[in-house]
Amino acid sequence: MKVAVSATGETMDSPIDPRFGRAARFVLFDTDSGIVESADNSGGAQSAQGAGIQAAETVSRLGAECLITGHCGPKAYRALEAAGIQVYIGAEGTIAQAIEQLEEGRLRRADGPDVGGHWA
Amino acid sequence: MIVAIASGKGGTGKTTVAVNLALSLPGPVRVLDCDVEAPNVHLFLKTNAVRTERVGIPVPEVDADLCNRCGECSRICRFHAIAVLGKTVSVFSELCHGCGGCTRICPEEAITEVMRPIGVVEERRAGRRHLVLGKLDVGQALVPPLIRAVRSKSGAGETVLIDAPPGTSCSMIAAVRGADFVVLVTEPTPFGLNDLALAVETVRVLGIPFGVIINRAGSGDDRVHRYCAREGIDLLLEIPDDRRVAEAYARGSTLVENVPEMRPLFESLADRIVAMAQGRPSHPNINEARHACR
Repeated sequence: MKVAVSATGETMDSPIDPRFGRAARFVLFDTDSGIVESADNSGGAQSAQGAGIQAAETVSRLGAECLITGHCGPKAYRALEAAGIQVYIGAEGTIAQAIEQLEEGRLRRADGPDVGGHWA
Repeated sequence: MIVAIASGKGGTGKTTVAVNLALSLPGPVRVLDCDVEAPNVHLFLKTNAVRTERVGIPVPEVDADLCNRCGECSRICRFHAIAVLGKTVSVFSELCHGCGGCTRICPEEAITEVMRPIGVVEERRAGRRHLVLGKLDVGQALVPPLIRAVRSKSGAGETVLIDAPPGTSCSMIAAVRGADFVVLVTEPTPFGLNDLALAVETVRVLGIPFGVIINRAGSGDDRVHRYCAREGIDLLLEIPDDRRVAEAYARGSTLVENVPEMRPLFESLADRIVAMAQGRPSHPNINEARHACR
């Protein structure tokens, strides 16, 4: 399963970006093969509106089935749900730590947005 | 002839000027209340409702059977109102500006347009005075299309007065562009001057002749006077900071009816604006500004 994590950098040691739509990048980790990829999200970070929608489109296109982030707003959640991506929120630390928390079942699965739009 | 009454700052007296000008102009006059987020001309200009129509913008609807999820629609939408998400294409119609780009670019012709209502346009009348006002629905944020719908209700052979929304953003520009003359209403305060200067810059880019009215004259300082003198801007009228003005306003009445000495001042203002609007050619920059702000 491919897991996308909102990130401030490109590697497994990069800190998580708690924002989804306006995260600097996404790090994608394949839990089966262990392959790590990274994707730029500067378009979303700079857009006036719809950053979460664009970010959801990006992680969906990259084949993510699961997303780890800090918070998720209403339109981003709607978009991720439409894309069939599971959303886990409240993650902290590095990308590697977040994956570990996910695998140990310590992350909360979001059943809706946990913040309003344009929260950060 | 089209005269727009605008201001940088809100609450300076645009509606007061528009209403009293309407009552001072000879011949048929039409007031377009383009402050669609808070229309209020109808509170002062006594008229009867004639017609109301819903106004909407076209938003996309995707036929899932025809769509092959190529993503062209998403790429052309700068507002992220349409997105390819997994096996579906989702429309976020609250973000859509109704430009029609996705419908036109779709290679599969899978997109049709449906109307999303954003407000109403109401036409009102009393004798030779017409009033058209736009009312944006609560919760809507897209103002310029409704302003354009109000602007489209202009008749021939009438003097048109436009009550513009405050500020200098797209909505103000949608209300004033194409006007023959702009009246900028301000107050003699630091805030009044700051926002007046922004409005002056905007109207200069639009290339429309303009003049300034100072409301509540005597209540602040002389910085707006000094600014106008320095910039060579015509000072058209000063409305005194007079309790009778506030009382008339609070009752939903007008200056020309309640403050006798204001009537000749508004009549000569009307004459002067007509002369200024007809005396100067409009500036070629207007088309440039039109493209800059949809």
